[in-house]
Amino acid sequence: MKIRTERDSCISSGACVLEAPQVFDQDDDGVVVLLRESPAADAEDAARNAMMACPAAVITIDEDA
Amino acid sequence: MADPRHVLVVGGSAAGLSTAEALRRFGFDGALTVLEAEPGPPYDRPPLSKQVLDGSWAPERAALFPAGRLARIGFRHLTGVRAVALDRRRRVVRTDVAGDITYDELVIATGAAPRRLAGDRLPGVHVLRTMTDALRLRDDLLGGGRLLVVGAGFVGLEVAASARRLGVPVTVVDPDPCALAGRLGSAVAGRLLALHAGHGVDLRLGAGVRRITRSGGRPDGLDLTDGTHLEGAAVLVAIGCRPVVDWVAGNGLDAGDGVGCDPRCQAAPGIWAVGDVARWHHDGFGRSMRIEHRQHATEQAQAVARNILGAGLAFTPTPYFWTDHFDVRVQVAGFVPAGATLRPVEGDIVQGRFVARAEHGGRVTGVVAWNSAKAFTAHRRLVPAFAGAARRPTSGNEEQS
Ligand SMILES: Cc1cc2nc3c(=O)[nH]c(=O)nc-3n(C[C@H](O)[C@H](O)[C@H](O)COP(=O)(O)OP(=O)(O)OC[C@H]3O[C@@H](n4cnc5c(N)ncnc54)[C@H](O)[C@@H]3O)c2cc1C
Ligand code: SF4
Repeated sequence: MKIRTERDSCISSGACVLEAPQVFDQDDDGVVVLLRESPAADAEDAARNAMMACPAAVITIDEDA
Repeated sequence: MADPRHVLVVGGSAAGLSTAEALRRFGFDGALTVLEAEPGPPYDRPPLSKQVLDGSWAPERAALFPAGRLARIGFRHLTGVRAVALDRRRRVVRTDVAGDITYDELVIATGAAPRRLAGDRLPGVHVLRTMTDALRLRDDLLGGGRLLVVGAGFVGLEVAASARRLGVPVTVVDPDPCALAGRLGSAVAGRLLALHAGHGVDLRLGAGVRRITRSGGRPDGLDLTDGTHLEGAAVLVAIGCRPVVDWVAGNGLDAGDGVGCDPRCQAAPGIWAVGDVARWHHDGFGRSMRIEHRQHATEQAQAVARNILGAGLAFTPTPYFWTDHFDVRVQVAGFVPAGATLRPVEGDIVQGRFVARAEHGGRVTGVVAWNSAKAFTAHRRLVPAFAGAARRPTSGNEEQS
């Protein structure tokens, strides 16, 4: 799995951090920070939840990478 | 419960498409159809009053899902097709151009449409809900001339801010002298209005609109209820939305203010509602509610998807929204009623950035942040959650019907 974020579109909701704190953080302005491009296997599901929870489609997951 | 064979989602925007995606994510492998009245690729609405209107984004950037994500869901996507009637007995949705479509499970996701004023259908008088609305309004703003905004709600004020960014003079009218106090608390609402005034927005609160005046087939001003006349070149009517339920009428569904649902978001056996159109019973708050926020659409979509697949869980979210004005982002989790006491958690409510908790009736009802998104994430847990979003419902339509 490989994760990408479109930071310019982030509206700093924090939903991704609540879903997957192992994978996402926010900078001081609240904009998403990707902590792990390829998360550990046990964090993959949380990352998928974060993608679905994001209200601005910032997070893209490539499952095959 | 056996998985349904065909799930039909009517309304292909944030709530509808998120439901489709969540159904697949949670293992549904039957037939899936999403019907959407608008032609063209799906787009998101929050940028319409912000980046699309002020031109900082090209319209394509407001795409609802990045390219590829939509295709990966695996569903039949009928765009430019409108549902016109529901036949519950036969489990059929009648459409305008695609005939009758049968379903096993129906998801109502038709959102909301702007309320209008009498006599407001003329060029130069706008509402803002669709991409077409946004581009038309932008064209008018670029033509110069004062914009008159009817309604000092979030959409009206976000548009006012975008118009000021474009150098357009703006007047905002609202009969409520304490506009937004019921959503942000009086102190934060007052500060937001002061921010607008400081950027040159002419706020006229306390008088309503009697009529839109016109000359040569276009608006040229507003007559207010207090006798004032305001001049302007364009008008935005931003007085809230009405859930889109016309097509489900006459089916014995409770569709008074949106589609009434049980705690699991089920309106009747085999019928669900999600997003702006859904009014469901929130077991945590102990009352029915309907929420018109973007994050809510995705959260409820996941609850509906799980429940279609038989989870039987009550949906008990803590509502969340954000709103952007000039260089300020305000975020709210829970509720901040007008009479709430605000206690700062970080920063100062009067100036600079802050996070505050709202207390009302001896309880924390909400958290509000002003340009403090990171701290907001840390503190939003101050709002008591209702034991997560996953509880057995206290009641259900199955017992009732
Ligand atoms: C200008 C604007 C700015 C906003 N800004 C914010 C913000 O900053 N923060 C925030 O939290 N929320 C914001 N919102 C609210 C947020 O966009 C909505 O809550 C969200 O769009 C709801 O999604 P939905 O899918 O339930 O409804 P909608 O987005 O209304 O989608 C319903 C879809 O159903 C389709 N449809 C309707 N009738 C039929 C039919 N008969 N047959 C087929 N299809 C049909 C419509 O074409 C539409 O695409 C904003 C909304 C607007 C309009
Ligand atoms: S959920 Fe999306 S919008 Fe919210 S902070 Fe994360 S990336 Fe940004």
